Amino acid sequence: MTSDHGSASMAGMTGHDAADIDRHVRIYITVFVTLMVLTFITVAVSYLHLSVPMAVTVALLVATIKGTLVACYFMHLVSEKKLIYAVLALTVVFFAVLLALPTLTHRNGFWIHEPHPPASSSPGTGH
Amino acid sequence: MDIPYTVEVRRDTGLTNGKIGIWLFLASEVMLFGALFASYILIRVGATSWPRGAEHLNVPLATFNTIVLIASSVTMVMAWASLMRDRFGTFRLYMGATILLGFVFLIVKYFEYTAKFEHHLYPSTNNFFAIYFTLTGLHMLHVAGGMAVNAYFWGPGAKLWKTNPVWFTNRVEHSGLFWHFVDLVWIFLFPTLYLL
Repeated sequence: MTSDHGSASMAGMTGHDAADIDRHVRIYITVFVTLMVLTFITVAVSYLHLSVPMAVTVALLVATIKGTLVACYFMHLVSEKKLIYAVLALTVVFFAVLLALPTLTHRNGFWIHEPHPPASSSPGTGH
Repeated sequence: MDIPYTVEVRRDTGLTNGKIGIWLFLASEVMLFGALFASYILIRVGATSWPRGAEHLNVPLATFNTIVLIASSVTMVMAWASLMRDRFGTFRLYMGATILLGFVFLIVKYFEYTAKFEHHLYPSTNNFFAIYFTLTGLHMLHVAGGMAVNAYFWGPGAKLWKTNPVWFTNRVEHSGLFWHFVDLVWIFLFPTLYLL
């Protein structure tokens, strides 16, 4: 199968010019290198044995930066239509509620009264 | 009857139907993984102690898999860019590389899983392994699903390029959006399960 389909170029038909695509490709390579560097930073930081709150903050911060790069450039969210942004804004709201629910239910006296486990129990390895 | 708005955009949305469809699907996927992440948080904050992932899981293998999946995202987007440049042969190479990298990811996960089973570590062992197997298992299913769709576009589905190249390019872009989402989920799974 060849690329010749007897019509105008793909880039032209989809509203992009060739220079536009070349610029995109350069961005993809830059983002790839950045993601690699951030992956090594994530792993390197884990060997520093930071306190749990600090480790969680750093790991999630780096993961968020990486996720944003993937979403913005590989998924083309930097130049998307308003309707997609609206769908995603709604998703973000529901996602935030979803993640907030465990925190709210965990708070003692709010929704659920937290049981006091016996001192010898080890829930991390329990069923 | 032709499927409407596969190539031309709708006036009201400014998008093709396929594009809005895949984003709505990804929104539902965010909620699916979000529910499991919320469960993980609930189980973890409710535990008086929780093992560090690195003590029980293979961090070097997972780091390697992270690199593999990120690389596959790049080859996927390059496959789409190749079609935009009218280079079908290059598209096949990049799409083939994407499928191959997906295979590498699954093979590495196979070795990780079998190592756990050999040590009699199962989802029923404890809450940590229950959430580990559930999240990574669901993610692996997504990798396999994405590979199946990509393999279709690499093989028999590529016939569309001859008759309707714009539609084919749009289809590849949409399967790419799913593939990048799978990569994005792993970007959060990796530190959450293996490093914290």
